[in-house]
Amino acid sequence: MMQVITVPATLDDKGFEALVVETARACEAGGRAVVNARHLQWADPYGMVGLLAAGRQLRDVSGEEPAFEPPESSELMSYLTRMEFPRAAEGIFRLPAGITAARQPSGPSNVLLEITPIRSHDDVHGVIEHIQDRAGTILTEQLNYSPADAVPFSIMLSEVCQNIVEHAESGGWVGIQRYNWARRLGRQVVVIGVADLGIGFRGSLAREHAARFGDRWNDLTALQAAFLHGVTRFRDPGRGQGLKQIRARVHRWGGKVSIRSGTARVADLPEWDDSVAVQEGLAPFPGSQIQIVLPARV
Amino acid sequence: MYAPRLPAVLFDLSRLHPRTVASLYSNLVTRPMGAAVRLVLEAQLAEIAGPCVSVLDFSQVRVMDYSCADEIVAKLLVRYRAPDRPADAYFVARGLREHHVEAVEAVLRHHSLLMVAEYEEGEARLLGTDDPVEHECWAALSSNERVDLLEFVASRGYHPEAADGVIRRFVSARVAVLFTEDGLCPVTRIGSINPAPERSGEDA
Repeated sequence: MMQVITVPATLDDKGFEALVVETARACEAGGRAVVNARHLQWADPYGMVGLLAAGRQLRDVSGEEPAFEPPESSELMSYLTRMEFPRAAEGIFRLPAGITAARQPSGPSNVLLEITPIRSHDDVHGVIEHIQDRAGTILTEQLNYSPADAVPFSIMLSEVCQNIVEHAESGGWVGIQRYNWARRLGRQVVVIGVADLGIGFRGSLAREHAARFGDRWNDLTALQAAFLHGVTRFRDPGRGQGLKQIRARVHRWGGKVSIRSGTARVADLPEWDDSVAVQEGLAPFPGSQIQIVLPARV
Repeated sequence: MYAPRLPAVLFDLSRLHPRTVASLYSNLVTRPMGAAVRLVLEAQLAEIAGPCVSVLDFSQVRVMDYSCADEIVAKLLVRYRAPDRPADAYFVARGLREHHVEAVEAVLRHHSLLMVAEYEEGEARLLGTDDPVEHECWAALSSNERVDLLEFVASRGYHPEAADGVIRRFVSARVAVLFTEDGLCPVTRIGSINPAPERSGEDA
């Protein structure tokens, strides 16, 4: 029986949770799948990389690429194309004819980084080379950051992308876009979305750390160990600094960082965000998904 | 009278190799890149017989992330402060900008290391510590070619044991060297001073 996964109209962190529930249900039921994004009106990079992860999860479970029904909104489809979503979706979804996966000519845009696959350290180098000038321009001209902030931004991005390569044992994606959160915050923001379908924090830390947690070992304790305490599977004492430094930098810029893995999510929340800092019992989803939101300086 | 309880491991200036400068370039990101850079630096140091001061020049580095700083700076310092270090190398940083300093400071603190950064104005800044006593001691030390430990302790007004702790840390972190049992010198100056006649001659 064909499983239909309906993409919510708004595909952000909350919309992704709804997508995960649908995906988990379809994977459990088995069979061919179609991902219906016709009513999608708005998506941020976290939602887009999440959609790719959901598609690949469906593909891996069913052994067949799910069909993708694109948004009816031409404006949104144009945006997805600018973000090179179709290009990243090749091999994951069966895309309908007429959706071009060709690389788009770059021009003035709010896109800081198109949806970019991260499979190796070379990809991380590519991202850092690619983004520096564009990040500097958008951060300084539109978010009131200082020119010097472009470098810490690149450093943060490097660390978050390396997290995929070093810990996930699987490829993933990253994308970055600027938005005007006029109603929600009254400011411009930059949203970074990162997703992989790897072994997740629990899987990454299990061998070295599960035993000392005993019965308390689960997705949340693993996530908290890594996110809050810098615990890592590597015995190298220099490891585990990346997430700590990302948290410190995001906090300094008044931003938000959240990580979802398995059935749990933890976040560092600024005063303007009324989300829940710790969640467990979410619908299961493999790998890790990271969202960083950086607001304009006031 | 205070006498520092420092190990009798003194620096033999007569064998000092001229400063080597390792210029680093581009974007230093990811652990594999950092490890590759470190291996090149270690290979260069292996060719030098005797003690040397190696200047790590970051002035051409655009981005250096924490992973790369850990692989290059922290692992290099950890290896060369160990008793079984492959060569008697001391390290000084140059050309550090604020965003480099942030990454370097983070990895130094993580490993409880110290490093000195030289600046064009002649300033030699101690990195890796927030301890005001260490910074004050470093400021006094770095403005001199050679400091007599007894005078140094008395002039700062510290309890001898507190000063002893700072001096031990400077020597073990290799940001300062002992030329005599009471003669301390900042690592930034050991290439520019003359050997003292009372030098012990023992190997570092």
